[in-house]
Amino acid sequence: MIETTGANPAALTAKNVKQCLGKRAKILAAIRRYFDQQQVLEVDTPLLSDYPITDPQLDNIKVENPTVNYQSTSQTWLYLTTSPEYAMKQLLSLGSGSIYQISKSFRQDVPGPRHSIEFTLLEWYRVGFNIADLIDDVTALLMTLIPAGLMANGVEILSYREAFLRYLSIDPFSLTSAQLENFAHQKIDCDFTDQDKDIWLDLLMSHCIEPNLGHQAPCFLIDYPASQAALAKIDHDEQGNLVAKRFELYIEGIELANGYEELTDHDQHVDRFEQDNQRRRELGLPTQAVDQHFLKALKSGLPECAGVALGVDRLLLLAVS
Amino acid sequence: MATYSTNEFKNGLKLIIDGDPCSIVENEVVKPGKGQAFNRVRLKNLKTGRTWEKTFKSGESVEAADVIDTDMEYLYCDGEFWYFMDPISYEQIPASLEAVADAKLFLKEQDCCVVTLWNGAPLTVSPPNFVELEVVETDPGLKGDTAQGGTKPATLSTGAVVRVPLFIDQGEVLKIDTRTGEYVSRA
Repeated sequence: MIETTGANPAALTAKNVKQCLGKRAKILAAIRRYFDQQQVLEVDTPLLSDYPITDPQLDNIKVENPTVNYQSTSQTWLYLTTSPEYAMKQLLSLGSGSIYQISKSFRQDVPGPRHSIEFTLLEWYRVGFNIADLIDDVTALLMTLIPAGLMANGVEILSYREAFLRYLSIDPFSLTSAQLENFAHQKIDCDFTDQDKDIWLDLLMSHCIEPNLGHQAPCFLIDYPASQAALAKIDHDEQGNLVAKRFELYIEGIELANGYEELTDHDQHVDRFEQDNQRRRELGLPTQAVDQHFLKALKSGLPECAGVALGVDRLLLLAVS
Repeated sequence: MATYSTNEFKNGLKLIIDGDPCSIVENEVVKPGKGQAFNRVRLKNLKTGRTWEKTFKSGESVEAADVIDTDMEYLYCDGEFWYFMDPISYEQIPASLEAVADAKLFLKEQDCCVVTLWNGAPLTVSPPNFVELEVVETDPGLKGDTAQGGTKPATLSTGAVVRVPLFIDQGEVLKIDTRTGEYVSRA
């Protein structure tokens, strides 16, 4: 997909192969050097999972389980992981301490200029970090990886609410779903209708806000609506809105990473997975079994931590530009 | 009613939008970090030629337009309709002025044109890129003036008026580029 990654031999030529692979190897070595200095351990978790993902916006690529006939309890399908999150959190719950991983992830996505069904993620977890510590950590790593010019103005930390106020002059928390729908129809030519407020927020975010982010300096977008928390902790912001303690990092309009102050409570996880399946039912999608290995790990206790997934292919694109 | 889901979207796919047949010019999937994916699509209205951008929620279904391009031979005009014939079935169909539009200035009997049909009826007509047409009216040709760069208007047998070099005479047959409406050479 992205020819500089060296991940796709078809995109390379005899002319550029050494240059592209060389740059890629340098970036990967710099990532490993950074985490080694920070005493974060490299791990390597399985790419095949017994369970699919519940997130209604994500779909696993599944493969037939060749051992199904040999193990009576085994299942027909195995799922290529959409990220190493659950497996890494199992390690954290066993007491691994801070860990990182560079590995392939797979998503049943429509291929596009910035989407491929197979891509490389750098994912890491810092025990004892909160979201602010994690933003500092990502910033320090980026300084060692991307051209200094992209970081000349430092980094910007912008809340979801401030971004809507700046680019659209509306407060995403105070408007109702119907008001947002009305507003979106004035801005964007679309015919669909939806009761789900997040659809309208996602539409406005992707069409009117994201393209503007991260041009002066890398931009950490923080304090997402609680309804978009995924597996992040929820807190109140200064206005009293319920916000998710997560960020998305944008550089030059491209989403590069997303980080979370991780939810650790077992019962809240069960609730969030049920909300995912509820949304799946509303969308007419099949519901998904919840990862029992992960729930078991949560029961034994996930340490307080913050974690982030960073798209390595996109990073390489920025690093060589 | 045939429909397409957004995951079938690709360039050239024909859809009905607000009752008009449209063609997809560009299809981009946009997705905020986590959350709903959308198809941001550049569409061309095949009736009016207008292009614009429209967004669909991924998974939405949109009505398909029965639009096909066919090679047809131009036969004649009866003053109201322009008649085209399918060279295989010999079926003849009339095209209205709305469908023929500016192409009427370059339609010569027996030329092969691309007729875009919507539900079997002509939507647009594209003449061949180059046609050969006779000059029916122009100022007398200036002998010896071959390449001095001067031009004059000439009316062709179809009614089209094109700029031609000064040496061209009435009755000559000229090669015309129908995409630009410009003189190319003597035929």
